[in-house]
Amino acid sequence: MSIRWRRGVDALFQGLGLLVLLVALACLGALVWDIVSDGAGRLSWDFITSFSSRRAQQAGIWHALTGSIFVILVTAALAVPIGVAAAIYLEEYGGRSAAARIIELNITNLAAVPSIIYGLLGLGLFVRMMGMGRSVLAGASTLALLVLPVVILSTREALRAVPGSLREGSYALGATKWQTIWHQVLPVAAPGILTGLILALSRAIGETAPLITIGAVTFTTFAPDSIWSSFTVLPIQIFNWVSRPQVDFHANAAAGIIVLVLLLLSMNAAAIWLRDRYQKKGAV
Amino acid sequence: MSTAARPLASLGELASAARHDPTDPNAPCKIEVDGLNFYYNNTRALQDISIKIQPHVVTAFIGPSGCGKSTFLRTLNRMNDIIPGTRADGRVLIDNVDIYKSGMDVVQLRRQVGMVFQKSNPFPKSVFENVAYGLRINGMAGSTSELAGRIEESLKQAALWDEVKDRLHDSALAMSGGQQQRLCIARALAVRPDILLMDEPASALDPIATQRIEELIYDLKKTYTIVIVTHNMQQAARVSDRTAFFWLGRLVEYDRTEKIFTAPAEKLTEDYVTGRFG
Amino acid sequence: MKRFEFVIEWGLFLCALLSIGTTIGIIVVLTLETVAFLRDVPIAEFLFGTEWTPLFAMPRFGVLPLVIGTTLVSLIAMLVALPMGLLSAIYLSEYADARLRRIVKPVLELLAGIPTVVYGYFALLFVTPLLQRLIPSLAGFNALGPGIVMGIMILPLVSSLSEDAMRGVPSGLREGSYALGATKMQTSLRVVVPAAFSGITAAFILAVSRAIGETMIVAIAAGQQPRLTWNPTVPVETMTAYIVQISLGDTPQGTLEYRTIFAVGMLLFIGTFGLNLVSAWLREHYREEYA
Repeated sequence: MSIRWRRGVDALFQGLGLLVLLVALACLGALVWDIVSDGAGRLSWDFITSFSSRRAQQAGIWHALTGSIFVILVTAALAVPIGVAAAIYLEEYGGRSAAARIIELNITNLAAVPSIIYGLLGLGLFVRMMGMGRSVLAGASTLALLVLPVVILSTREALRAVPGSLREGSYALGATKWQTIWHQVLPVAAPGILTGLILALSRAIGETAPLITIGAVTFTTFAPDSIWSSFTVLPIQIFNWVSRPQVDFHANAAAGIIVLVLLLLSMNAAAIWLRDRYQKKGAV
Repeated sequence: MSTAARPLASLGELASAARHDPTDPNAPCKIEVDGLNFYYNNTRALQDISIKIQPHVVTAFIGPSGCGKSTFLRTLNRMNDIIPGTRADGRVLIDNVDIYKSGMDVVQLRRQVGMVFQKSNPFPKSVFENVAYGLRINGMAGSTSELAGRIEESLKQAALWDEVKDRLHDSALAMSGGQQQRLCIARALAVRPDILLMDEPASALDPIATQRIEELIYDLKKTYTIVIVTHNMQQAARVSDRTAFFWLGRLVEYDRTEKIFTAPAEKLTEDYVTGRFG
Repeated sequence: MKRFEFVIEWGLFLCALLSIGTTIGIIVVLTLETVAFLRDVPIAEFLFGTEWTPLFAMPRFGVLPLVIGTTLVSLIAMLVALPMGLLSAIYLSEYADARLRRIVKPVLELLAGIPTVVYGYFALLFVTPLLQRLIPSLAGFNALGPGIVMGIMILPLVSSLSEDAMRGVPSGLREGSYALGATKMQTSLRVVVPAAFSGITAAFILAVSRAIGETMIVAIAAGQQPRLTWNPTVPVETMTAYIVQISLGDTPQGTLEYRTIFAVGMLLFIGTFGLNLVSAWLREHYREEYA
C-alpha cells in the first residue's frame, strides 16, 4: 500500500470522525430550532401562571411547575441526609471492609437501573405497602431513591478532595473521628457536596417515567398544597400535551419544554458557579 | 495518665538542672520505650527500639531519610493508628503507663501528647478559631472570657501574639509560612499537653523563621518535654540536649548531644554526623 | 463520648445500608407481583407466547411482541450510537486539538443532559415527519424515528466511556506504532482500540442496557401496538412503553392486568441488571491490565 493511499484513507477517516461530531452538533441544533420555533410563540407570563385546561389556548403550566419544584424540594430533603450520611460512612469509616465493598458495588449497579424500575418499586412499596397513596411524598421518595447513588458518589468525591493534613491536624489535638468530620471535613467539603446535589436534582427534575408509574396524574387543576396531595410535574404535562393529536397542544408542549430546559440550565449554572467559587476559595 | 496539675514539674526542674546521664537507670523518665517493633503490613519499619526520654529536655531524632525517625515519633501519640495495616509490638510507657495497652483512650493521649507537623496545617478558619478548636472539642473552653484568655496565653507562648493580636479573626491561611507554623504550635499548646512532638517543624521555612522556631523551642522546654525530628544536623546540635541517631529502623546511638556530635561511640554515627553518608 | 461515637457510626452505617435495601426492595416488589402473576399465567405462555393483549376480553399474555419491540428500537439505536460514538471517541482522543475538544465536549454533555421527554417530542414531531418525506410508507408511530433519536441520545455515553478507555492506553503503545510509520488511523484502529477493547465493550454493553430501559422516547413516538415484527416502519410497543400505558390508565390495583406491569418490569430488570454486571466486570478486568 503506497504511502499516498494510506494518507488518503487516513484523511478520509479523520473526515469521517469530524462528520460524526458535526452530525451530533446538527442534531442538537435541529432540536433547539424545532422546539423554539414551535413553542416560543406560546410562551408568556399567562402561560406560566395558568392552570391546565381542556382548551389548548388557555392551558398553562402553573400546576405542573409548582408540582415539579415542590417534589424536587421534598426529594432533596429526603436524599441529602441519607446520601451524605452514607457517603460519610463509606469514605471515612468503611475503609476496605467487605461490607463497604458490597455496598459500593451495589450503588454502582443501582446507578444503572432504568428509572422506570424505580417507579415500579415506588408503586409497590410507597404507594401500596406503606400506604402513601399517589402523593407528593410517594413521588419524592421514589425520586430520592433514584438520585441517591449519584448523591453518594459525588459526596464521596467531595470528601476525598479534603486534604488528609486537615484530618491529621485535628486528630493530633485529641479530636474524635466524628468531631473531625463535623468540624473540619464537612465545612470544607460542603460546596462540593452542594454542587453534586444540584446536578443530581437537575437530572431528577426531568424524570417522567417513574412518576407516571407511581401515579402522578396527568390532568389536575390545582397546585399541590401538601406532601399528601396528588400532583403532576412539568415533564408529565409535556408528555400529556405531546400525546394529543391537536397541533395547539403541541405548541403548549414545546413551550413547556422551553420552561423545563431553562429551569435545568439555571440549576446547572448555579452548580457550576458554586464549583468555580469553591475552587478559587479552597486553595488550601 | 495524669491529667491533673503537674506533679512531675519539680522533678523535671531537678532533672534538667542536674543534666542526668540518659543511660542512668535511676533518672526520672517521661517516656520509656521498651523493645518496640513497628510494622506497616508485613514490612518491619522499626526494630527493637528501646529509649528513655527525660522530662524538660529537648531530644532530637536524627538519621537519613527513611530511617524510621518520623515513624517512631508518631508511635508516641499513636498517630500511626490512622494508617490502615499498622501494628506495634512492645511497650511505650508515658508517665509509666503503657499507651498501647488495650483500653487506652487514644483521644485523651493525643491531648496529652501534642504534635506539630512538617508542613504546617492550620485549619481554613480564623486564627482565633484555630486555637479555640482544640479547647472546644476537649471540653476545655469555659466561658468566653476564659477562652479568650487561654488563646492569648497560647499565642504568647508561641511568640505569635504581638503579630496577630489585632488580626485574631482573619483567616489563618493569609499568614506567612513561619507564622502558620507558630500558630500550629500555639494550637497544640492550648490544650496543655505535657509532651510536644515536632516532626521537622522548620524544614519548610526560611532561615529567619527557622531561627524563631528554634528560639521558641529553647523557651518551651522549661514547661514541656520536647521531641524533635530533624534531618538538619546543625539544627539538632543547636537546639537539643540529647540526640538519638536512627538508621534503617534501628536506634544506633543515644547520648548527650555534644557527645554525639564530637565523640560518638559508634562508627556509623560518626560517619553520619561527619557527612560520609546521608 | 465513646458511646456517642458508636451511635453515630452505626447511624451512618444504616444509611449506607439503605442502598442495599433499595436493591432488595426492587427484587421483593417485582418478585411478589410476578409470582402472583405466574399463578394465573403459565410461564411458558408468558415467555414464548406471540400475542400480547392483556386488556382484551380474550387476554393473551405472550410477552414476545414487547421484547421484539424493545429489541428492534434498541437495535436501531445501537446502529446509530455505537459506530458514531466510537468514531467520535477516536477522533476526540487521537485527532482533535484542545480547542475543538473544548467546543465538542460541552455539546455532547448537553445532548446527554436533555430530558428524554424532549427527545420524545423531537422524535414524534420532527424526525418522523422528516423521515416520512424519504419513506412515504412510514407510519406516524414507528420504530425508526425513536430508534434514531435514542441513538443520538446515547451517543455521548458511548463516546465518553470509550474515550476514557482509550485514554487509559499507555502512550508508549501509540508511540511504538507511529515509530514504525503507521498513520493515525492505523494506530487508532489496530493498536489503541484493541488495547482498550474491554473498556470499549463495557461501554457498548452499558449503552445497550440504557437503550433497553429507555421509556419516554418510545412511549411518545413508537406507538402502543404490540406487534411481532422486525419492520421498523410500523407502530410497535416496547416493554417500557407498555408499563407507562397501563400506569396512565385506570387499571385497578391487585388485578391480573395490574400485575402484568411487574412481570414485564421483572423481565426488564433481569435483562438490564445482567448487562450492567457484565459491563462492570469487564471494566474491573480492564483496570487490572493497566493498573
